[in-house]
Amino acid sequence: MSTTPLGTTDNVHFEATEPGTLKKSMHRAEKGRRAITWLLLAPLLIYTSVFFVLPLCTMLYKAVDNPEVISGAPNTSKLLSTWQSKSTPLPDAAYSALVSDLKHAYGKPELGELARRLNYEISGFRSLIMKSARKLPALKLGSNDAKQLLYDIDNRWQDTRYWIALKRSSERFTPYYLLAALDLKVNDKGEIGFVDQEQRVYTKVLIRTLTIATVVTLICLLIGYPLAALMVRAPKPVTIILMLAIMLPFWTSLLARTSAWIVTLQANGIFNNFLISLGIIAEPLELIFNSTGVYIVMVHILLPFAVLPIYNNLQNIPNHLMLASSSLGAHPVKGFISIYLPLSIPGISAGGLLTFIVAVGYYITPSLVGSAGEQMLGYFIAFYTNTTVNWGMASALGIVLLLCVMGLYALASVTLGVKQLAGIK
Amino acid sequence: MKKLISINKLVDSTRRLTSILALCSVPIIGSAAEPITVVGFGGSLQDAFHSAYFEPFSEQYKVDVIEDSYTGGFAKQKAMVKTGNITWDLVQMDENEMIAACDQGILEPIRKQELLLADELNPSAFSRCGVGAFVWSMVSTYSPEKFGNDGPKNWKEFWDVEKWPGKRGLRKQPRMTLEIALLADGVASDDLYKVLATPEGKDRAFAKLNELKEHIIWWESGAQPLEWLRGGIVTATSAYNGRISVANQEGSQYPIGWDGQLYSMDYWTIVKGTKNIDRAYQLLDFMMKPEQQKLFAENIPYGLTNRKANQILPNALLSILPTAPANQKNALLLDSYFWLDHEEDLQQRFTSWVSQN
Amino acid sequence: MKHRNHVLIGQLIHYFFGILMVLFLITPLIAIIPLSFSSGSFLSYPLPGLSLRWYQEVFSSGPWLDSLQNSIFVGLFSTVLATVLGTFAAFAMARRNISAQRSILGFLIAPMIVPPVITGLGMYFLFGQLGLTASFKGLVIAHTVLATPFVVITVTANLQNFDMKLFRAASSLGASPVRAFFTIVLPLIMPGIMSGALFAFVTSFDEIVVTLFLGGPAQRTLPRQMFDGIRDSIDPSIIAMSVFLMLIALLTLITSAWLNQRSKNKYMTE
Repeated sequence: MSTTPLGTTDNVHFEATEPGTLKKSMHRAEKGRRAITWLLLAPLLIYTSVFFVLPLCTMLYKAVDNPEVISGAPNTSKLLSTWQSKSTPLPDAAYSALVSDLKHAYGKPELGELARRLNYEISGFRSLIMKSARKLPALKLGSNDAKQLLYDIDNRWQDTRYWIALKRSSERFTPYYLLAALDLKVNDKGEIGFVDQEQRVYTKVLIRTLTIATVVTLICLLIGYPLAALMVRAPKPVTIILMLAIMLPFWTSLLARTSAWIVTLQANGIFNNFLISLGIIAEPLELIFNSTGVYIVMVHILLPFAVLPIYNNLQNIPNHLMLASSSLGAHPVKGFISIYLPLSIPGISAGGLLTFIVAVGYYITPSLVGSAGEQMLGYFIAFYTNTTVNWGMASALGIVLLLCVMGLYALASVTLGVKQLAGIK
Repeated sequence: MKKLISINKLVDSTRRLTSILALCSVPIIGSAAEPITVVGFGGSLQDAFHSAYFEPFSEQYKVDVIEDSYTGGFAKQKAMVKTGNITWDLVQMDENEMIAACDQGILEPIRKQELLLADELNPSAFSRCGVGAFVWSMVSTYSPEKFGNDGPKNWKEFWDVEKWPGKRGLRKQPRMTLEIALLADGVASDDLYKVLATPEGKDRAFAKLNELKEHIIWWESGAQPLEWLRGGIVTATSAYNGRISVANQEGSQYPIGWDGQLYSMDYWTIVKGTKNIDRAYQLLDFMMKPEQQKLFAENIPYGLTNRKANQILPNALLSILPTAPANQKNALLLDSYFWLDHEEDLQQRFTSWVSQN
Repeated sequence: MKHRNHVLIGQLIHYFFGILMVLFLITPLIAIIPLSFSSGSFLSYPLPGLSLRWYQEVFSSGPWLDSLQNSIFVGLFSTVLATVLGTFAAFAMARRNISAQRSILGFLIAPMIVPPVITGLGMYFLFGQLGLTASFKGLVIAHTVLATPFVVITVTANLQNFDMKLFRAASSLGASPVRAFFTIVLPLIMPGIMSGALFAFVTSFDEIVVTLFLGGPAQRTLPRQMFDGIRDSIDPSIIAMSVFLMLIALLTLITSAWLNQRSKNKYMTE
């Protein structure tokens, strides 16, 4: 290709006339070209910022947002914010503030939100609030007997635990959800500690999520590497068949693949019936709706993510290296370990990281082919959003998952480079 | 001759092509009247709604009824109300979720005086934000292929995996599951919530569940247990009585274990701020009609809310309703207010427990 | 000599392993095809008889066809949007004259890395405030976010073979940059853009998680319809749809291979 003359002749011409202006005009031209580059980038940068980054920020905000008590019981929360719960008794004004707040909120949505939020702190707080609010309008209120009034309605109001919980949840922003996502909570003394043993769930879920993702990744690498190696070494027709076998499932709808596996593996499914008809087994094996099912289906779905980067990498390793090593008398296994394997590490790490990152966020597949014991973080995020309407909890768990993924992504882009990870050579 | 065939083929394939192209066009919006969106719990229940209520309503009033299904919770409605973008109008809800949603201002209060047939309804069918849709019941059933006529007939027997081996299906939520565990442990239905309210009672329920844990497969939507029973995945399961009867109408023979049934009412609710409120009341009125309710019960045998409807039901049908006196032995009415107070901590404890292997 | 025997045995094992893997990858997909032609409703062999009733059910008007139509509609719009946005950005990066290029690429493909359940949750909050939930607009916007990284990657990979000097040469010969782009660059990288678009369409067409968060009753897409069906009860109509989707996948695979080949050929002849 002959491209040199065009660009350079102009420069030569300029240089002959005025060197100073040349630099300037080159600089200007360069600046202009950069401006065009930014102009081309701008639409997608803006789009991604508005419709991708901003939603993530909203989620971060929701994890600490705590408006219910402030808007449901404004007077009480203001009053309690100055109360030193450790050293001083509850001021009487708090009772009258609560009475007026409850009267004001009665029949409005704020009351329901307030009751729901407080029930997170102490079970039964919901009915205490609703009951008190329901009974108050019927009772006559004198000047300073608000305290007695509340005590008459329910003697739980004598228990400072309820007032401390009310104070604790009166902050504009709360660490409650973020702590809860790690099975922690602030106790009545104001210290951070673990929740009761039987209530602990999210650390277990996090560990499980990481374990499933790790195991799936390892299996994918373990079978993906020899598969990729075979694709590189085998004659072309074999390579094409292998490529087809990997790419056809890859392009097939996730749900179509999942339903195919369920039909294949279930108790009276194709596979079990096949084995029974051959007389290999008498009773059907339990292959789905448990961890076996989750691993089989996840490996099937994620295998291409491991194979393709390794395949790309192995293709670039010159074949004669192995030939040379074996012609020098080295055992092929030794040659493989000392020469071939180290050269393929970039492919292995790209494939492994990619597989892990995709696996760790999985939710649909385990929910369709797993049992209760295989549900990952993603499942709980969806559960809290769509079923129990606890958006703070969903967001806090989302942050935990996001941190895991972004940490790995950062690691991968520093060590491997974004391009390697994305498969751009 | 050959040519003819190939021309036919060509015509045929062009026709197919145009139909595919037609598919690509913008989704078509139906007739002139504003359509109403109704949401139920899906499956054979939805089918019953469809043929008893929605389809005839749509024909009579010349209005499109858009149907959607969900698996409970009120996250969607809450998001709609908060954003003012109301896409659901009339929604079927569980009692406890309805009360919570009502407290949070997500539902329209029901104006009883505007319902044409209010006097014919059972008084218990009225709640602040809901009108009773039907009475459902959670019962036990088993696979007749495995156990013939002699399967586990109550919750106590349900726990006996020695005599009746195989997996058990239970719904993956603390509500009803803990009650079932206590019933299986011999707690009388009258005392059940008193026991469950105490810490010892909760421990007792979880301890009882522990006995069965490795045999349980958890279901999440009402259609699953029967599907699993048919597929041989479970040999006995809890299930909604209506779903069982529908399967039996289609040729299966699943026995219904009424002993210790758990029952409750489901409600129709109107999402706050919907533009279709008049239409929603119109549909509510339609669904309260005795003849429509009769049609509903014929499709899926759930208890009806219109007392007149019960009078016109044939005896054979009455006997398989949860409300039939013969079926009320040890029956437990679910306490929605108990669950409103204890949902969070029991949910978390249950989640933690259920996901331990 | 001993080595050679080892190598031979090793190779034999390797090929045997390859056969096993092909079986693992393909068998479940192939095994369900006959079931979709069953005349009965049970999902096991032997078949009671052959019929097209399940295909009739899926392809006659009703929820299946509606959801297919919704998916195609959302898919086409997101594809166009993602392809335009992604191609511009990829072309900008191929100019290689800004320093933050690597971080920008890392930023632009982040939607592919962040789990969809998190993206869906965030969008559920924000789109709710913007009135974009339960609307086709919102769904198209969301799917575009998820699809652009694939366009950016495919087109960037394609542009790496492209010599920017060609573009500059055309410009310096008097062609306006816009004209140069459309007459020189675009035809050359067209196969790359097309395969990017293909990726984008498949991403949207197969998307379920974000759709579960954002979609309303009118936005029932095909994956949602299938999700509900699989969760409740798998009947042969789901299998029929799955087989149809496999056919689509096969076509996609062939198209993408063809585009790949064409893109290679182009650079060889130019």
